Amino acid sequence: MIAHDAAIAAEPASDITTRQDHAVAPALSIETVSHAYGSRRALSEVSFTVAPASFTALLGLNGAGKSTLFSLITRLFGIQSGRIRIIGHDIGATPGEALRLMGVVFQPRTLDLDLSLMQNLLYHAALHGIARREATARGRALLERIGLADRALSKVRDLSGGQMRRLEIARALLHRPRLLLLDEPTVGLDVKARADIISHVRQLVTEQGISVLWATHLFDEITSSDDVVVLHQGCVLAGGQVARVIAEAGAQDINSAFMRLTAGTTKPRSSEA
Amino acid sequence: MSSTTIDSRRRGFSLSEYATCLTGIVWREGLRFLHQRERFVSALVRPLVWLFIFAVGFRQVLGIYIIPPYETYILYEVYIAPGLMAMIQLFNGMQSSLSMVYDREMGNMRTLLVSPLPRWYLLFCKLLAGTAVSLLQVYAFLLIAWLWDIAPPPIGYLTVLPALVLSGLMLGSLGMLISSGIKQLENFAGVMNFVIFPMFFASSALYPLWRVQEGSPMLYYLCQANPFTHAVELIRFALYGHVNWISLAVVGSCTIAFMIGAIYAYDPSRGLARRMPPGGET
Repeated sequence: MIAHDAAIAAEPASDITTRQDHAVAPALSIETVSHAYGSRRALSEVSFTVAPASFTALLGLNGAGKSTLFSLITRLFGIQSGRIRIIGHDIGATPGEALRLMGVVFQPRTLDLDLSLMQNLLYHAALHGIARREATARGRALLERIGLADRALSKVRDLSGGQMRRLEIARALLHRPRLLLLDEPTVGLDVKARADIISHVRQLVTEQGISVLWATHLFDEITSSDDVVVLHQGCVLAGGQVARVIAEAGAQDINSAFMRLTAGTTKPRSSEA
Repeated sequence: MSSTTIDSRRRGFSLSEYATCLTGIVWREGLRFLHQRERFVSALVRPLVWLFIFAVGFRQVLGIYIIPPYETYILYEVYIAPGLMAMIQLFNGMQSSLSMVYDREMGNMRTLLVSPLPRWYLLFCKLLAGTAVSLLQVYAFLLIAWLWDIAPPPIGYLTVLPALVLSGLMLGSLGMLISSGIKQLENFAGVMNFVIFPMFFASSALYPLWRVQEGSPMLYYLCQANPFTHAVELIRFALYGHVNWISLAVVGSCTIAFMIGAIYAYDPSRGLARRMPPGGET
């Protein structure tokens, strides 16, 4: 099931033995989730799953409801209706277990700019109850992996946008989650930084078996072998493997498939909750 | 789509995980405080201006009789020192809540809130961290005050500590409660005016309440109802090795009430998050 790479291989045996695989479940399961801000409906009966060790793109334009969905999955918002489960753990009923299995990279930068790279990682580790020595070792390994080991003691403020994103991804992996959520992580980055980050995350999927939900509005970040969920005006219009979604829409590529899928939707953004 | 095996890692958290989390939050708050030297300086300058200028100017105007816990006639600056200590904590509590609003706007708050540990515990750690920072400021103030001949009994420096922890928690949780209701950073200035100044001036920080009663009985009752008055009196008595039981009860109850309010307000299913989209987006 999970192939750990060198950076993550230091996982103690006790951690592994405490996992008793006794049932099957998707990495992420969203079941008929709706959400409204007052009278404005942001999500409407959204359902989909993220398969284990898969790269699933959550494709939607700005305002489609992606960030709201992320806030619900990460329990920043309470669920108004529906159910969200992370590897079988209900985020509402057992948030601790669910959050422990999840790493998150939010759309806005969430690093402490005046603290060093290592200090940022140690703070995150502490929030997950990981002791200092273990956290330092994991932090070093992850910084090594993202090529920022020599900057460990530099202030985050001195990093480039792409480096900050890589650090945020490293931080999200520090507690060894099984599901990684990224909310438009390449926004504002140059072409090379974007490519680096996409290939890094894809490596995590193939090498470590981490499941990824990648929210984006950029079609070129999706490949035909990915899974995709098309979110538009708070509703899921299509889901499944990209090639299949393209074929079902009778289109040539994901871009034109998206255009066809959304062409007929004239539903206003605001409706009664 | 395909499925995977349920990962049933152990449930709950060990005591050492709770302790690591607390240490990490206090450590980070301390680092941030050290990086903001101007915050430390302004936290000290504010009460020192009151002590060195206001108190000296008022010394001749406002005589202080012997009132508990003092056993002799005292100078005005000796009287207002505990009030200024509480003022440091009041500003610090509001500053912490300001930083929570800032963190929330900037996204840093999410890092804290997606920790798997219970949210009430995370917020409690945050409060303790803010209180620890306020203690640094108060003891730095006490050192300077000592050089200015404001010298409580040596044991007072120790006995005042629990009082400062409690009052720090009360004012911090009040700040946290307020921060949950503020949607934007810009709105905070108004809260400073509506919370800090009325709390400070309608209290026993600058004048004993019996003098207030002579001037305006209504203001006297208002001061009596002000939790900040009781924070000041708790600190004042503790600094001289005494316990003001009424103040202790009021500060203790208010701490619990504000804390429950703040935790409730930051609960994802009820407070904060329900009211606003993340970063104004959907």
